[in-house]
Amino acid sequence: MHFTLDPADIAFRDEVRDFFATGIPTEWRTRVRAGLRLNPEELTAYQKRLAAKGWGAPTWPAEYGGPGWSPIQQYIFWSEAAAADAPAQFHQGLELIGPIIFTYGSPEQKAHYLPRIINADDWWCQGYSEPNAGSDLASLRTRAVRDGDHYVLNGQKAWTSYGHVASHCFVLARTSDEAKRQQGISLLLVDMKTPGITIRPVATMDEKHHTNEMFLDDVRVPVTALVGEEGRGWEYGKVLLDRERMVTASVAVFLTQTIRAIREAATRRTIGGVALIDKPGFRAKLAQYEIEVIALQTMVLRVMADASAGVDSGPLGSMIKLRWSQLSQAGTALWVGALGPEAAHFAPVDQGAGLPEDMPYAMQGALYARVTSIYGGSSEIQHNIIAQRALGLKG
Amino acid sequence: MQFSYSDEQAMLLESVARFGAQHFPPGERHRLIREGRSGEEAAWAAMAELGWLLLPIPEDAGGLGGGIADLMALGEGFGRNLVPGPYVASCVLAPALLAHGGEALHPLIAELGAGTTIAAAALLEPDAGYDLHHIATTATLAGDSWTLTGTKCHVEDGGDADWFIIPARTGGTGVRDPEGISLFLVAADTPGLAVERFRAIDGHRHARLTLEKVAARAFGPQGSALALIEAAVARALCVQLAEAVGSMEAVSDITLEYLRTREQFGRPIGSFQVLQHRMVDMRIACEEARAMLCHIAIASTEGETAFQRAIAAAKVRIGECGVYVGQQAVQLHGGVGFSDELIVSHHLKRQMMLAIAHGSIDHHRARFAA
Repeated sequence: MHFTLDPADIAFRDEVRDFFATGIPTEWRTRVRAGLRLNPEELTAYQKRLAAKGWGAPTWPAEYGGPGWSPIQQYIFWSEAAAADAPAQFHQGLELIGPIIFTYGSPEQKAHYLPRIINADDWWCQGYSEPNAGSDLASLRTRAVRDGDHYVLNGQKAWTSYGHVASHCFVLARTSDEAKRQQGISLLLVDMKTPGITIRPVATMDEKHHTNEMFLDDVRVPVTALVGEEGRGWEYGKVLLDRERMVTASVAVFLTQTIRAIREAATRRTIGGVALIDKPGFRAKLAQYEIEVIALQTMVLRVMADASAGVDSGPLGSMIKLRWSQLSQAGTALWVGALGPEAAHFAPVDQGAGLPEDMPYAMQGALYARVTSIYGGSSEIQHNIIAQRALGLKG
Repeated sequence: MQFSYSDEQAMLLESVARFGAQHFPPGERHRLIREGRSGEEAAWAAMAELGWLLLPIPEDAGGLGGGIADLMALGEGFGRNLVPGPYVASCVLAPALLAHGGEALHPLIAELGAGTTIAAAALLEPDAGYDLHHIATTATLAGDSWTLTGTKCHVEDGGDADWFIIPARTGGTGVRDPEGISLFLVAADTPGLAVERFRAIDGHRHARLTLEKVAARAFGPQGSALALIEAAVARALCVQLAEAVGSMEAVSDITLEYLRTREQFGRPIGSFQVLQHRMVDMRIACEEARAMLCHIAIASTEGETAFQRAIAAAKVRIGECGVYVGQQAVQLHGGVGFSDELIVSHHLKRQMMLAIAHGSIDHHRARFAA
C-alpha cells in the first residue's frame, strides 16, 4: 500500500485545484452541500466547462474521449471538486449508459452518442424501472415487438428521473418470452421526441420535480437503436446497475461538503451566547459523523486502488452505496438539527418573508436523502447482494 | 391503574380520526393546506360545531375542561389522518395561558373556543435555543401602558394568528433569568409588529415576529410567568405527543397492509424475513411511544416536577420512535413511499416536525438530565 501521492499526482492535484478556484457560483453552494442536484441548465453549463477542459468524462478511457486518468487521479479530481463546492456531475449519461455504449454499442452508436454525452448535448434518463418491477427488475413487462426495420414499444416505466428534460432514454424492454425471466430482455436507445412517449410528473416528498412516469404507446424506434444483441439486455443492464453503485463511490467523496455545511450552521447558531459548535454534545455528534465519513472515504480510496491494480473489489461497491445513503441521511439530519426551531420555516407564505440561511435546501436535502436508500437498488437489495455474492449465503 | 381510554375517549378518538379522513384525504391534503387558512376553514368550523375546540378550555373560562387523557384521545385522532391547523396553539396552549388573565380575557377565550379567532404563543427567541426562560424581549411601562421590543424567531402555528401571547422581560438579572418574565397580549395588526409567515414541510404555518415599541396588554402574575408557560407548553405537548402516536400507528398499519399486498419476486414482500423484522421493530417503537403516553398520564398525578420530567422523557422517546417509524414506512414502500401521492411521506414529514415542536430531542434529553 502506498500512502503518499507521487509528484505527478501532486502536480495534477494543483492543476485541478486551480481549475476549481474559479467558475463555481457561490449560489450553488447550499444546494450542492445538501446533496441536491442543480438545475439541468446549471449542470449542463458545468458539464460543458469540464468538457472544454478535456475533463468531461473522468472515468472513461481516453479512446472514447475520457482523460485516461488513473483511479487515484479520479479520486483527486472528486476530492478537489468537493473541496470547491462543485457539484457531482449528472451521472445517467456519463456513468450509466455511456459505459454500456462504449462496451457493447455499435461503432455508429459510439461515434454519435459518446461525444454528445461528454459535451452535454444530450441528456439521458433511465427507462428500466416499472410500477411492478422495482427491486424485482426482471419482472418488467414493457414490450418491444419487431416490425420491419423498427421495434414497436408499449408499456409503462416508473421513476424516470429527469424524463421531463431528457433528450434520450435507455429502455429495457422484453423482445421475447423465455422460460427464464432474465432472458428475452433488450436494451434500446430511444429519442424522447419519438411519437407515443408521454411523461407525467410524480410529486415527491422533497417538493422538487425530478421524477416522472413514462408511458410508451406504439413508440417506433429504428432497429439501429438496439444496443448489442437482442435478448441480452439483462446482462448489459446488470453491468449498468453495478456501475450505478460505483457512481456513489464518487458521490461519497462529496460528503465533506455536508460536513462543512453542518459546521458553518453550528458556528452561526448560538444558544445563550455559546455557539452550538462549542457545545460538547454537538461537537461529539459532528465528530462521530466525520469519523464515519472518513471510514467511508477510505473504503472508496481502497476501491479506487483495487481498480488501479485490476483487482475486483467484490461487494465493496454495494457496501459503499449502503453506507453513503445512511451518511447522507445522517448528515442532512444533523444539519437541519443545527438550524434549531427555524428548521420549521421551509417556505415563505408571504412575499418578503426571509427564510433562515440554508433554507429551504438543507431541509430539502434531508427529505431527498430518504430516497438514496431506495433508488439504485434499495439498502435491502444491497444487503442481499452482499450476502449472496460475497458471503455465499443463499436465500 | 388504567392503561386505556374510557369509552367516551375512545369514541372521540375514532370520531376525530374519521373526521380527518373525510376532510383531508391524502390526494387533497396538499391543495387544501396550500390554500392557507381558507383551505382549512370548513374543517375548522366543523370542529368548532362539534365542540372540539372547547374541549381543552378550562371550565371557569367557559370551556369543557378536558383532562390530559381527553386531550390525548383527541390528539391521537388528529394524528391518524394528519389533520392540519393551529389546534394545539389556539385551543390548548393559548387558553391555558390566557386563563391566568382573569375574567377580562374570557371573551377572547370564548372566541378561541368558537373558532372565530386564532391565537398563538410566541415563546422562542434568537439565541434561546428552545429555552423558554431565555427572554430578551423587553416590556417598558410608560404611564399605565406597556410597549414591547424584541424578536420572536419561531411561533409554532402562529401563521394564522389574530392574537399573539408574548412573554417579555419586566425584571430579573439578564436575559436568562427565570424570574422577571411576564405575559402580554398583542393583536396581530398592532403598529410596530412585523409578522413574517412560513410554511413547514408538514403544511403547518408558523411565524416570526419583530416587535418595535408595540403597545401590549399585560396579564397574569407580573414577573413570575415562567412556571405558567412551562405548564401550558406541557399541556400542549400532551396533545402533540399523542398526535405522534396516532400518526405512527396509522402509518405502520398502512405499511403492514403494503407488505401483505405488494408482490416482488413472485411473492408478497411481507414474506421476506428482513422486512418482517423491520415491521416488528416499527411495532415495538409504536408500543414504546404509547407507553410514554401512559408514563405522562401516570406522572401527571405526581406533581409538576414529575410531570415535566415525564414530558421531557416522552419528547425524547416518542420523537425518536416517531421519526424511525416514519422513515421505515417510507423505506418499506420504496419509491411510492417517497412520492407525495400516498399519505406515507406526509406522516414522516409530520413526525420530523413534531420531533422539534416545543423542543428538540436533544433539548429535552438535556432537560431530563439536568
